[in-house]
Amino acid sequence: MKKIIFVLSLFLLGFTTQAQEVKKEKKKKNAKITMEVAGICGMCKTRIETAALKTKGVKFAVWDVKSHQLKLIMDERKTEVGKVQKNIMNVGHDIILEKGKKRVATEEAYKTVHPCSKYRDKKIVLEHEGDLK
Amino acid sequence: MKTFIISSFLLLLSTFFYAQTELKGMIMDKQNPKDNLGVPSATVNWLNTNIGAITNKKGWFTIPYKKEYKQLIISYIGYKTDTLTITNLEPIHHFITPESNFDEITIKTKRDAVQKSLFATANTFTVNNDELLKAACCNLAESFETNPSIDVSFSDALTGTRQIQMLGLKSPYLLITQENVPSIRGAAQAFGLTFTPGTWVESIQITKGTGSVVNGFESISGQINAELVKPFSDNKFFVNAYGSQMGRLELNTHFNERISNKWQTGLYLHGNYRGQKFDNNNDNFLDAPLANQINVMNRWQYTDAQNGWIGFINVRFLNDEKQTGELNFNPETDSVTPTSTLNGNEIWGSEIDTKRFETSAKIGYVFPELPFQSFGLQIAYSNHFQDAYFGENVYDIQHESLYSNLIFNSIIGDTRNKFKTGLSFTYDKYDELVNTTNFNRKENALGAFFEYAFDNLDNFSLTAGLRIDTHNLLGTFLTPRLHLRYAPWQKGVFRASFGRGKRSANIFAENQQLFASSRQINIDDVGGNIYGLNPEIALNYGISYMQKFSLFHRKADLTFDFYRTDFTNQVVVDWENPQEISFYNLDGKSNADSFQVEFNYNIAKGFNLRTAYKYFNVVTDYKSGRLQKPIQPRNRIFANFSYETEAKENNSQWKFDATYNNIGEQRLPNTNTNPVQYQLTETTARFSLLHAQITKLFSHKFEVYLGGENLTNVQQNNPVLASDKPFGANFDTTIVFQPIFGRAIYAGLRFKIK
Repeated sequence: MKKIIFVLSLFLLGFTTQAQEVKKEKKKKNAKITMEVAGICGMCKTRIETAALKTKGVKFAVWDVKSHQLKLIMDERKTEVGKVQKNIMNVGHDIILEKGKKRVATEEAYKTVHPCSKYRDKKIVLEHEGDLK
Repeated sequence: MKTFIISSFLLLLSTFFYAQTELKGMIMDKQNPKDNLGVPSATVNWLNTNIGAITNKKGWFTIPYKKEYKQLIISYIGYKTDTLTITNLEPIHHFITPESNFDEITIKTKRDAVQKSLFATANTFTVNNDELLKAACCNLAESFETNPSIDVSFSDALTGTRQIQMLGLKSPYLLITQENVPSIRGAAQAFGLTFTPGTWVESIQITKGTGSVVNGFESISGQINAELVKPFSDNKFFVNAYGSQMGRLELNTHFNERISNKWQTGLYLHGNYRGQKFDNNNDNFLDAPLANQINVMNRWQYTDAQNGWIGFINVRFLNDEKQTGELNFNPETDSVTPTSTLNGNEIWGSEIDTKRFETSAKIGYVFPELPFQSFGLQIAYSNHFQDAYFGENVYDIQHESLYSNLIFNSIIGDTRNKFKTGLSFTYDKYDELVNTTNFNRKENALGAFFEYAFDNLDNFSLTAGLRIDTHNLLGTFLTPRLHLRYAPWQKGVFRASFGRGKRSANIFAENQQLFASSRQINIDDVGGNIYGLNPEIALNYGISYMQKFSLFHRKADLTFDFYRTDFTNQVVVDWENPQEISFYNLDGKSNADSFQVEFNYNIAKGFNLRTAYKYFNVVTDYKSGRLQKPIQPRNRIFANFSYETEAKENNSQWKFDATYNNIGEQRLPNTNTNPVQYQLTETTARFSLLHAQITKLFSHKFEVYLGGENLTNVQQNNPVLASDKPFGANFDTTIVFQPIFGRAIYAGLRFKIK
């Protein structure tokens, strides 16, 4: 039994060291971060990038219309991903997390986007897909 | 024992678990799959986290793993970002693909041949290769025929050289760059545009108003940048042959070869020849010179996207020979010198031989981790020799030039605030022989510049630049430049620009046509540093408004431009006395106003209309009083129609293009003191010119074209004044306001292998 406890503790130790290693991750001056942001058109691109860049500490932001990926370069000492996401949601764009989870922009914020950027509306999305072809 | 087994099992499980918390993988380059080399310093990170890793020298990475992490993002500057779904922890091998510009271009199949941007801060537009193919377009000088912002005129009756103008000022006041290195200047001013074959040009960027401080202090009314074809993007093999009724034959060939993954080279050959004599106006003078040119360029392009390095090395050699003058002139027996005693039976003739050697190198580095930060170094050297005589007059010039520019690009805070800063050094050495007088001069300048660009990513942007130069002849001076853009509503944009330019006028090289006349040269020596004259200084400012809209569901745009150039000092070129040409510093006012309205409309699919009206008011205080600039129409109307059928699957297609120019009255230089038979009217009548071309594409490899220049057959009947007495006091070939050669049909073919 003692041995089992010993082994279990080893097992736990394995986890804790792992967790500590994650924490140790240094705050980088030019951290590269990628996230998925919902949107459909060129106007969305300007809106998303502007919102990201207006976050103090974000140096570079490019959102790809096709893949919906937002590439950022930011100073982690001055800002964090959550803040950027919040600013993007404030201009009406959802952040897509894995497994279909989302950080959803409020209805109020969503209302402010231009009619042709209504990415939650399937009809408009389809219209844009037509454009891409 | 049992417990031991369990514990060891658990222990193993623990290590197993521990191992499981890291994902390993290798990132490779799809373009370079053979060598199995990984891509170093690519970034790998989990979606929506800041947990990331960078690949090592061999392309391997190790990234912490938790089972919540499913989407792995692989990014690398210059490559497409990929997202992988990770379901197990087997090491991954992933190929990334370059984000090449060419892919992007092929997606946008229907780019406009001329692109006017709503977003550029400066009043700039790009003329791409499609547009350049619309005209006969044998060299850069002829590339502007279909463009309303640039006016093409003839410099003299003998060489048929085309001169370009923008905002009412001729090319010395423009900065003409080749891949952002000042190229057509100094000794090359008169014929330089004809020394760049049209097929070598990939695209042209035209900026109205003073350009950027990055490229120097010389530009006053605008900037024209020609991007040449690049070994990486040009066709593997290209040939173009051209022949015209004017007896001109041209041949262009391009060969591009990949040497390694990073090096690509291109060899570009151009030859042109005209051996046939024409005298359609029966003045006993050749309508176009006998000419031949050999022009060879070798380019080396280096691209290392992984590490962010790019480079170019160019070497170029040119030999150009022209002979003109009387029909039966034989250079072997008939040439005379400034010191010859004439017996009255001489035959007038002229030869202009040019040799030019050029080499340049460019290095650029983009910080792989910081795509917004880069530096570039440009170094160019050229040596230009011209040996020429015009009847009795001799004009030889040698111009050696060195240009270097170091530029650093980065941001302040974020990419809305960008800047460029750097240092430049230039050196120019001129040796000129004007008849029997030598003029030698050396110029060198050391400069530093800073240019700040702000863009709020919405409706406002500005570019503000300042440079300081210390120049051995022009002194130490500041050059400010400012461009603003404001979009008050959708698809409408206001632009404004302001700037100062300063330059030394190369009075002989820029007005070389004066030698083909009996005019006496007068220079008002005021003790200045350049031919005894002071440098030219001008302020240029202007506003522009463009509105894009849709008219009957078709794209249209309307642009209004107003620009003014105010000379603080100018070297006035005075042709007002028919026996003289005088150069003197401005005493009083000199300014050039230009107003342009342009309307472009896509009438139907494939059918485009481009129209413009231009008004110029170019006034200078001459010694004889305030006058309009001679041979400068005050009104011009321009129209271009183009139609192309839809390309079939095999790429076969028809293209039709026609350009109409209506040129208003022009004031001619005063000829009142000439004998009656050599006097010209005060102003010329309005006339119209028409050019047209048909192109038939058979496949993406082969096309032929047939065109006509000057279809309305407008011809100046007396381009050479006193052609009967070329060694007499009234001989003058400099007053040219209409084409000399009438209608001319040409045809050519293009063949390319990608």
